[in-house]
Amino acid sequence: MKVSSSVFASLCLILELFGLALFLRGFFPVPIKSSFSSKSKLSDLPAEPLTGTSPNASKVPPALFKRVVVVLIDALREDFVFGPSGRKYMPYTRHLVERGSSHSFVARAKPPTVTMPRIKALTTGSIPGFIDVVMNLNSPVLLEDNLIWQAKAAGKKIIFYGDDTWVRLFPKHFMEHDGTTSFFVTDYTEVDNNVTRHLDSTLKRDDWDVLILHYLGLDHIGHISGPHSSLVGPKLVEMDDVLKKIHTSLISRESEGTLPNLLVLCADHGMSETGSHGGSSEPEINTPIVFISPAFKRKVAMETPPVVEQVDLAPTLALALGLPISQNSVGCVIPAVFEETSLREQLRFLHLNGFQLSCLLKDSIPTFQKEDGYEQFRVSEKSHGNWMKLYLEGNTSEVLVNMGRKVLKQYLEALKSMSSALSRQLGKYDMYSMVVGMSVCVCLQMLLLLLFAMPEALSNGAVVDLPLGSALLSLPFYLLCLLCAALHVFVCTSVGGSCYFCSLPWALVFTAVAFSCAFLCTLVSMAARRLSVGAKSPTKVSNWRLSELDVLLLLGTVGHTLSLASSSFVEEEHQTWYFLLNTLCLAVFQDVCRKYFREKKRLSQGEDEGPLLPSTKGDNAADDASTSFSPVAELGVSAGSEKWLALATPLLTLACCRLLRSLNQTGVQWAHLPDFSHWLNNGEHKTVLSLLAVASLALVFVLVQRRCSLVSKIALALGLLGVYSYRAAVGNILFPWQHTSRAPSKGTVEARFVYVFVLGILFSGAKDLLRSQVISSDVRLKSRGLWEVYSGLVLLAALLFRAHNLPVLAGLLLIQTLMAQFIWKRLHYDAAQTTIMHYWFGQAFFFFQGNSNNIATVDISVGFVGLESYVEAPAIFLTAFSTYAGPLLWACHLVCYLSSERDRSVVSLGHGCYCFALLRSIPAVAYVVLVTALRYHLFIWSVFSPKLLYEATHTLATAAACIFFTFMDQNQNLTRP
Amino acid sequence: MWDSEIRAMASAHAIIASSVFMATVVPAVLVENFSVYRTHLVWLYSVCGAVAAVNVAVFGLLGVSPPAKKHTLHHKVSRLVKSCLHFLLSCLFFHAVVVLYGAPLLESTLETFSLSVLLSTLTTLRCLCVLGPNVQAWIRVFSRDGAMSVWDTSLQITAGCSVVGAWLGAFPIPLDWDRPWQVWPISCTLGATVGFLTGLVAAPVWIHWHRKQLTYKSK
Repeated sequence: MKVSSSVFASLCLILELFGLALFLRGFFPVPIKSSFSSKSKLSDLPAEPLTGTSPNASKVPPALFKRVVVVLIDALREDFVFGPSGRKYMPYTRHLVERGSSHSFVARAKPPTVTMPRIKALTTGSIPGFIDVVMNLNSPVLLEDNLIWQAKAAGKKIIFYGDDTWVRLFPKHFMEHDGTTSFFVTDYTEVDNNVTRHLDSTLKRDDWDVLILHYLGLDHIGHISGPHSSLVGPKLVEMDDVLKKIHTSLISRESEGTLPNLLVLCADHGMSETGSHGGSSEPEINTPIVFISPAFKRKVAMETPPVVEQVDLAPTLALALGLPISQNSVGCVIPAVFEETSLREQLRFLHLNGFQLSCLLKDSIPTFQKEDGYEQFRVSEKSHGNWMKLYLEGNTSEVLVNMGRKVLKQYLEALKSMSSALSRQLGKYDMYSMVVGMSVCVCLQMLLLLLFAMPEALSNGAVVDLPLGSALLSLPFYLLCLLCAALHVFVCTSVGGSCYFCSLPWALVFTAVAFSCAFLCTLVSMAARRLSVGAKSPTKVSNWRLSELDVLLLLGTVGHTLSLASSSFVEEEHQTWYFLLNTLCLAVFQDVCRKYFREKKRLSQGEDEGPLLPSTKGDNAADDASTSFSPVAELGVSAGSEKWLALATPLLTLACCRLLRSLNQTGVQWAHLPDFSHWLNNGEHKTVLSLLAVASLALVFVLVQRRCSLVSKIALALGLLGVYSYRAAVGNILFPWQHTSRAPSKGTVEARFVYVFVLGILFSGAKDLLRSQVISSDVRLKSRGLWEVYSGLVLLAALLFRAHNLPVLAGLLLIQTLMAQFIWKRLHYDAAQTTIMHYWFGQAFFFFQGNSNNIATVDISVGFVGLESYVEAPAIFLTAFSTYAGPLLWACHLVCYLSSERDRSVVSLGHGCYCFALLRSIPAVAYVVLVTALRYHLFIWSVFSPKLLYEATHTLATAAACIFFTFMDQNQNLTRP
Repeated sequence: MWDSEIRAMASAHAIIASSVFMATVVPAVLVENFSVYRTHLVWLYSVCGAVAAVNVAVFGLLGVSPPAKKHTLHHKVSRLVKSCLHFLLSCLFFHAVVVLYGAPLLESTLETFSLSVLLSTLTTLRCLCVLGPNVQAWIRVFSRDGAMSVWDTSLQITAGCSVVGAWLGAFPIPLDWDRPWQVWPISCTLGATVGFLTGLVAAPVWIHWHRKQLTYKSK
């Protein structure tokens, strides 16, 4: 079966995507769930243990507090309260922490430190899986057993004000709620005023039991200008006033005879040094928890707050309110909060928590009896029973108290080790799915590599001969199928139901097995063929010489792939790409120098020899005219200055890259350094930003319009104007004639205006493409159509990029134009080299945009451009497009470039597609293998898993680009005479 | 003839390499609190000075450099001035390249410039000693198949090794090991020096190995 290499590459990439998806499903552990899907009930609670007599039906523990107010301040770092800035800006809270009746703790949040998983952790006490981050965009209703549900079921009245993520998680749980949306990051006053405005009236009322406030302002300030900005101080003062107001109101309504009230100050996550969050650096995971209630003892002096886990809040609050602990909670109660209760009650609380944890342990770990914590819990339960017996007999001696304390200690140890065993359980992987996914990936990878080993298939025909038919009819294929199926049945029946691959329908699994066996057979027969060919003609390999550039390109690809094994290099991947790109530009510069100086030498030699000169010159000119659009005609450059422009191009590219890299600092180690984008977004430099945006948009227009039709030119100009007015409407940049500051709007009208033009240009491009295919095989029409599709994408990117990122787009176009005109065409780089260069540039531009391998840098606000509310499909598409705009635009340019170069080599598109797929799948597959090997690495959740998601998404984007390639290639094959 | 030239080169390179070691050892005895990491610039400049002095002396004595056409004082001075100018320009060139590679533009300029001085000493200065301030000759030597003598080949190898060493030296900078040698520009200068030493060793060995294939056109 003969397939063209572009089709082959796309097919491989798509199959690889399936493998990756299966791998991801196995890699990201499903959160621990109790086997019963029901919620904990009060009646299910165990009785107090008592040895001897039959278990007495002791009463359910009563609530300790009457009312609870939870103040959750988004991105409140621990040092904002306990550090020096707390002393300065939050004097009242600080006074309560130091001298008031309060307990304060540093709560460690688990990564990913993103709001929704953290809210889930706070309310359910479980640790949400990493995959929850992906679901962060549309938070569905929380169905798991949780504190809010329990409180509602117990008849408590809950009021909520703040981030509307809560409202989406708990749609019917609140008696009263007012959600504020968190997507307009630039607004940090209104979001909080919308919460505080309800406070006075609510505090006066008596009809509620739990009040939850979620303040977003601080988080927004962090996103805009970081933790050291001048905006943070006033915001903390505002929060301090809110706390003071609530606290004084609670105190004044305190009356004799009733239970005391409780005020809890906590945070969902911290804030990194750059002001973002999502990772696992210390300032991001350390958050304060302060319990304030008259029931506690007064503090004498400031103590260093002890460290607890963030999930500990859920069981603590549950017991404090007299509610059952949520089933899936892995936290253990904070004993300090219950210090003032009697020893019997304290033991009772710990027993309840321990019972719940041991149930969860039983459900989630098959070998639960071997766990230390479980054993400890059994022992302490027994001694608890003994203690109870003595206690009920009326023994009140000192010995009993000491014994009780001992039991307490035992309980706490048991809780700690059970909790950590459960948390560890979250790191368990579905190995079978991973291995199957991996072997599918690796299989295809070998296939691609083998293909790479046959230069003749790559160079001339661009046609791959897949011996699929003979493989399907061979005996080994059927044997292999049987073997794999048997293996599958064996693994699935022995492992049990914890494997995702086993839970798939059997028919699907066996189809997949047959597929992979067929591929394996094909692979083997291809390898055999290759080996026999190689043995017959060994001389062919030796004359295959590599230039310095080839060596660099190969070494760079291999080196980058290897560097993915180190967490630092993953964090700082942008440095790798900038470094490689720089070296590439210097190598290209050397090539250019060699070409022009050697030519000069040859020319001067020719002058010496006399009559040779005119003929060579004439040949060159003829060559130029026939092979490609010469820059002389296209840019109006004279032939003499062309040499100097060609020499200047790599240098200009280098300078451009250097400027762009100082635009956005990404990564981890140097992310806190001041960069140009912060300076531009400062507010004081709005004029500069506006001028920069205008200049970039103008440059974009000049560079893109060259090859468009007149209609598209006009549409492009209007579209770019629309982009500017959209940015002005949102409030990022200034309108020249607008002096009074208008309130920033959403800019929906402007954005939709641009969308119309984007669609228009894309449509006209597609129309040209189709016409060139159906009606006439006009090359010009086709290349214009391609270019129009490309310019439509550029316009979309211009709309989605933040104002300070517009220079990235302009730089991208500038480099593309110059390189295409003076380097790739002039120096006759072949399709493979050009493709690798495009890929490297694409990677570097991915990071120039400010992206990194951290989830926190994904700009979600892009999904709301031109939309009134959250709509899933367009939001995801827009976010993905704007994140991968750099690589996608380079891939698109590659298609345009290669298809315009068709005179030189008809198969260049096929080669380009093949190389592109190969370049993507080498790091992706290597990374999958690496991650499997490093799955118990310390940084697996904070560094490697986000990168895995990025790799998978990037492969998806590349697959889309490859399909486009294939389409164009087929198109070309059809029109080829 | 071949053997004698290779032997001369090997001994010259041995002297230069030992000068690098001396430049590390001697200040350690003389200067208080000397350390390659903490007082890095002192070490760097002592290496630069030693390599420069030994290079000039060795190549002057060996008489490898092209014979001056005129022996007037004026000519010699102009040659010297030209050489200094070339050296300075190459420092600036290396500085620019290093900044393009991502070194901070405004902060730690002294460190960056010191690195470029070191690189210039290891590459340009040797070119100046062997070829004189003659850019045409440099271009000839560093283009493909341009070497005309054993010394040209050794220049190619040592210069290439120094630059590649500095290039490789930048690799450990992003690692989060917090070692003293990861501070800018220590790893790069160390890489360049190690590369240079490797080049000094590799050049005679390589030429000896390939002496059958190497056939130089006469000038």
